[in-house]
Amino acid sequence: MAERDNARVWHEVPSPFCGIASDDLTITVTGQTVSVTENGDALTIKGFETPITDVMPRVDGQETSLANAVQRIAQLIGDSQQTLISGLGTDLNGARSAMALADKGRATVDHMNSSAVFRNLLVLQDTGWMNTTFSEVRNRVDLLLIVGSDIESGYPRFFERMVWPKDTLFGQDVESRVLVYLGKAPSGDASTSPKGKKAEVILCDDADLPEVMSVLRALISGRTLQAKHVGGIEISVLADLAQRLKAAQYSVVTWSAAMLDFQHAEVTVQMLCELVKDLNIKTRSSGLPLSGKEGDTTVNHVAAWQSGYPMRTNFNRGYPDYDPYLSDGLRMLAEDEVDTLIWVSSFDIERTPPLSSAKTVVLGRSGMTFEQEPEVFIPVGTPGIDHAGRAFRTDSVVSMPLRHLRESGLPSTFDVLSAVEHAI
Amino acid sequence: MLMKLTGGRIYDPENGVHNEVRDIYVKDGRIVAGSVDDKIDQEIDVRGKVIMAGAIDMHTHIGGGKINIARTMLPEDHAADVIARTELLRSGCGHAAPSTLTAGYRYAEMGYTAGFEPAILPVNARQAHMEMHDTPIIDKGGYVMLGSDDYLLRMMAANDDQESINNYVAWTITHSQAIGVKVVNPGGINAFKFNQRKLDLDEKNNFYGVTPRDILLRLARAVNELGIPHPLHVHGCNLGVPGNMNTTLDTISGIGGLPMHLTHIQFHSYGTEGDYKFSSGAAEIAEAINSNKNITVDVGQILFGQTVTASGDTMIQHAGHSHAHPNKWVTMDIECDAGCGVVPFKYKDQSYVNTLQWIIGLETFLMVEDPWRIFLTTDHPNGAPFTSYPHLIRLLMDKTFRNETLSQLHPEAQKASNLASLDREYSLYEIAIMTRAGAARLVGLADRGHLGVGAGADITVYTDNADREKMFTRPDYVFKDGNMVVEDGDLIDVTWGTTHVVKPEYDNSIEKSLKGYFDKYLTMKMGNFKISDDEIVDDGRGSLTIQPLHKGGPI
Repeated sequence: MAERDNARVWHEVPSPFCGIASDDLTITVTGQTVSVTENGDALTIKGFETPITDVMPRVDGQETSLANAVQRIAQLIGDSQQTLISGLGTDLNGARSAMALADKGRATVDHMNSSAVFRNLLVLQDTGWMNTTFSEVRNRVDLLLIVGSDIESGYPRFFERMVWPKDTLFGQDVESRVLVYLGKAPSGDASTSPKGKKAEVILCDDADLPEVMSVLRALISGRTLQAKHVGGIEISVLADLAQRLKAAQYSVVTWSAAMLDFQHAEVTVQMLCELVKDLNIKTRSSGLPLSGKEGDTTVNHVAAWQSGYPMRTNFNRGYPDYDPYLSDGLRMLAEDEVDTLIWVSSFDIERTPPLSSAKTVVLGRSGMTFEQEPEVFIPVGTPGIDHAGRAFRTDSVVSMPLRHLRESGLPSTFDVLSAVEHAI
Repeated sequence: MLMKLTGGRIYDPENGVHNEVRDIYVKDGRIVAGSVDDKIDQEIDVRGKVIMAGAIDMHTHIGGGKINIARTMLPEDHAADVIARTELLRSGCGHAAPSTLTAGYRYAEMGYTAGFEPAILPVNARQAHMEMHDTPIIDKGGYVMLGSDDYLLRMMAANDDQESINNYVAWTITHSQAIGVKVVNPGGINAFKFNQRKLDLDEKNNFYGVTPRDILLRLARAVNELGIPHPLHVHGCNLGVPGNMNTTLDTISGIGGLPMHLTHIQFHSYGTEGDYKFSSGAAEIAEAINSNKNITVDVGQILFGQTVTASGDTMIQHAGHSHAHPNKWVTMDIECDAGCGVVPFKYKDQSYVNTLQWIIGLETFLMVEDPWRIFLTTDHPNGAPFTSYPHLIRLLMDKTFRNETLSQLHPEAQKASNLASLDREYSLYEIAIMTRAGAARLVGLADRGHLGVGAGADITVYTDNADREKMFTRPDYVFKDGNMVVEDGDLIDVTWGTTHVVKPEYDNSIEKSLKGYFDKYLTMKMGNFKISDDEIVDDGRGSLTIQPLHKGGPI
């Protein structure tokens, strides 16, 4: 790290703003201004460079001290019949403090991205999967099947880092890698190989994906089909894909659950995971779910080890009570089941709480604006910028140490929620 | 503050104290020498009570990726054992894959004051420590998994010298904050990624040309030369495969006298005799253990009921997935480093195979002569949850109870065993060796597992009871670092234990090639892989205890 012109330069900085958590960023910090000077992309630049605006907590729209704001939150929880702690865009220790508070305050916990995350979690809890992690993909994948997802719009550096590295461990020429999009087409060229080979695209509507995936699985299992078309795709095209998956040494099937945005997409995810299991009877194949945004992987991990359950757990009865339907935070808010909402969103100023009738507390990133001023707003530090922290990548295995890059004086979510826990 | 425990019957095998009535003095978390002139601030009358050091579980899956997959995938198992919050305790869940908070509470309630996670993937070590950080009261630590990692196998394929391997092992143990080294299905997790479905001791990995035997020798030698007190912790080849007793015997003879710990030996002691082509190899395995003083084992006893198996051994877990109960399972290939597999399982007492597994575990306990070289585990949760330890202790200490239990089990399995004729009953002193003194020595904890002056004041006080299950389920008192955390079987205080590690020396020039490797092939930077001491201290309630190395190392 070099000091020049009062600017401090940080190398190998991990990004908590995207599920792939690239950790090769160079960041320059001058006063409170942060810039990504190497290896940035749209998400990381926005994530690191969003400026600090307000620094003072507000109660009923009036600036006040942190202590007063904490007291007010404690009072709201004390008076509440049903508190929901949601958003939960935070890091390891923020998640720990949210779980401790939920336990003491008999609240329900849910993450802002749960609708997507549960498309995967429900499969894990019903049949399981065979998955892999980024470095395995980077070094082994020979056929990458991308289901229903435009990866680069959500994970801009996925292809650069995981599919088109200069070197691989096992002597594979990356140009030999085959990429197939099934469902959506890519929005850009990130999936094109360094020498210009484009990914294959087999288009279909989201609504047809469940059926298309079922057919693909059936073909992999060697079943004979009468149909000639499914979802506008000729069966022979899918039969050819099935054949290539069976011939591959290490195929990877990837998807973004957030982009499989249709009713009961968990069934499609399940089909995909079972298809991978079927391939493994003879060869090797792995799934790779892409998520990990706004701390969702981290928060589900912490919830699982502290309570036994992921999100959508309530502590109303004094013990963890898991129900992926009843404790769906968005549903609870929409149906007026919540009287107090604690919304944590420390990464992205645009992820504000949904409008609801609940009294609302926001622990948000500085710069957040509201359609409806919450009862309490506390600008909190962003993990990986304003304080150190830890965050899991989407593969659920690797976690990154997040840096403390500047002295903003903003409290961490852990500081605030721990203070609230002690105050109730 | 000076505390005196007056008049207890002391079982302290490390110091050769066998059921002697003595007073114990505790000051500032340590056991101190007391005298009649001292001003006693607190005196506890423990006359007639049995006193041992706090128990140490040297192999228990309490933290890390695979156990958290197990937790997440088993909501129905938790639902039958949810734990309500109290004034003192956080809520949580128990049974097969308990929440971290509940695990800490339940260990302490049973008089355990330390537990060691045996399968920390280097690249997942940060998570293991996060979970152990959230495990209250007990001390913790773990063994870092090597042997299927591309970097080591590459070094071996290139025939790098032992010193380079020692440096790599020491670097990994240091930066993953571990106290020992484990190998799981040596090279097999890696071979599965190349679609090899089995790997015998002398079978080559298709890519590197390296055999499990080579890996065991290299790693055992590294651990020994580095002076790491805990011997190489080995989950051998062919876990659960009928006939694997021969692999195990070859593994013992092949290690050339180097210290080696064979874990959950029960799962590696199977023959192929009889109508079911599945038989006990416990007698032969026990004989080999008895005659090879370099070998230690823990049993990995199975007990009947629902549990979940969580292992780094993807090859074996995948092969066994058809036994999943309920029918859901996970495997993962991980970062050119290792892998994991999670398969829920129900051991049934009317199953021939499961009954024989139960028998094989007990036969091993009873036929291995030296209690300093065998350890009481269920490989939590793989054989059974750790909460079944008091029941297991009763099986070991009470022949009548053992044989009554046996008589209820699968009749053909009963006939296939001579367990009923084994008369041995473990004594309290032997239990104290297995679960305290021996375990501390094995893990390399200089100041735990005993009650001598200077030891950490981890103390368990029991009321002697002929029903050993009752006795070991609810101690009268448990002290952790001198604090009374259990009184009359109930938790009265929640403290936070330390993380035990070793810091072997190594030549830092290894970082040059490692950094290049991370940069070129992996998706994480070397600097971000390393777990700092500050991360263990974390929010302030964690701490790091560096245990001494043995003489002989460093290289």
